[in-house]
Amino acid sequence: MMKVEAIIRSEKLGAVKSALEAIKVHGMTVFEVKGRGEQKGLEFTHRAGKFRIDMLPKTKIEVVVKDSMVNSVIDTICNSARTGEVGDGKIFVLPVLKSIRVRTGEEEK
Amino acid sequence: MAIDSGDTAWMLISTALVFLMIPAVGFFYGGMLRKQNMLSILGQTIIILGMVTLIWVIAGFSLAFGSNGSPFIGNLDWLMLKGVGQDPLSAAYGPSIPGILYMMFQGMFAIITAALIIGGIAERMRLKALVIFLGIWTVLVYIPVAHWVWGGGFLAQLGTLDFAGGTVVHITAGISVLSAVLILGKRVSASNGGPETPHNIPFVVLGGALLWVGWFGFNGGSAIGSNGLAAQAFVTTQIAAATAAVVWGLINWLHVGRPGVLGMISGAVAGLVAITPASGFVDASGAIVIGIGAGGFCYGGIILRRRYGFDDALDVWGVHGIGGTWGAIATGFFATTAVNAAGKDGLFYGGGANLLIAQLAAVAVVWVFAFSITAFVMWTLSKVMRIRMTKEEERIGADMIQHGESAYN
Repeated sequence: MMKVEAIIRSEKLGAVKSALEAIKVHGMTVFEVKGRGEQKGLEFTHRAGKFRIDMLPKTKIEVVVKDSMVNSVIDTICNSARTGEVGDGKIFVLPVLKSIRVRTGEEEK
Repeated sequence: MAIDSGDTAWMLISTALVFLMIPAVGFFYGGMLRKQNMLSILGQTIIILGMVTLIWVIAGFSLAFGSNGSPFIGNLDWLMLKGVGQDPLSAAYGPSIPGILYMMFQGMFAIITAALIIGGIAERMRLKALVIFLGIWTVLVYIPVAHWVWGGGFLAQLGTLDFAGGTVVHITAGISVLSAVLILGKRVSASNGGPETPHNIPFVVLGGALLWVGWFGFNGGSAIGSNGLAAQAFVTTQIAAATAAVVWGLINWLHVGRPGVLGMISGAVAGLVAITPASGFVDASGAIVIGIGAGGFCYGGIILRRRYGFDDALDVWGVHGIGGTWGAIATGFFATTAVNAAGKDGLFYGGGANLLIAQLAAVAVVWVFAFSITAFVMWTLSKVMRIRMTKEEERIGADMIQHGESAYN
């Protein structure tokens, strides 16, 4: 089992959500986050100088799936969240040791 | 003409009540936006308040209300309020209140009309371009139409009735938004058909409630006196707003299974908009029908706007354009001289079709005029300056980009 964490542009959440539904991935957890990447945020130029916004608002999606699904989830998120411009986001994949359903206490594989 | 203390007291209060609507619009609109744009909309109401007050005092009032018999525009006799003082101006402009008070009451209308537009073009226009646009808009659209209807211009001569601004305020603002957004384009957040989630519905209700309070001065004050007609307009305003809020909630209930709070307060505002031109001319049954129509037509207008996908962010066209049009036309059906001897009888009150034709003519003229002048101004601006924020700026939000502050920390 793997956890796929994707940090994406907030306005792409709808597109990513429906693309994941299309490959039958329904469960997910979504966060509003702030962060920055290689460019350390964005610099804006004004007539009277420059200012930098170094923490940009983004949306983070967490999906836990079977190992066999990981690659198609990654492809789906990339395709649905991409604009081609700097700031499209990142995807991290982490191993998950256990998953337990709270209602029944059963362990899922 | 002598000053009457009762009339003057009510008009002072009414003027202050209309003022209250300006920040109220900021909360009503801001709550419906993303949280990154809350301050920008409040900031814009303050900027418009400052700018339009100055335009109005310097030349606007004179251009709109200066009476030289011209059917199209006023004159410059009252430049810098020269000649507008503590004595009444004329029989038409409040024979029992100070001229300067009539000027300020009308000035609040000019401000609120410009402020209505920011809801449609929200979240994407650069502040500098927005300020220039609304300054030019006030002079080229609001002031001429105010003159046509209230300053003795050609629509007044045609016999059009507009008690408190259905055509002058709501149609001009609503239709101008339609034409402005077609040139301005969609927001990044709306371009993928993304959900339009309001960030703070309590603010929307707060703003809507304050608008409702202010509207008693907007419509009640348009009697320009403390009298039976003011009470009549006050009461029809309440009836139509209450009816439309309930009707909107019911339609919402039937349509999606539950009555949204956002919907009910929007319905109230739609009712307030629709009764505006009719408030001093109709009786209780007229007000109820206008309220029902406002709920139904404006609900339909919003669905239509979504279907065609033009990004009028907060449905200024759907609520003010459609509501104002319905109210103006309904006045042609429901006006009665039993309520206001200075008015006329509409089609349903034995007056024949004359008034209805005058109302339809005014609606058509103001739709075409507001749409085309706004399109021209916006298009010209887009050729000489950058009118949109960049995509990245939109994502971060106008609060941080244009004001360097955020609403919530």
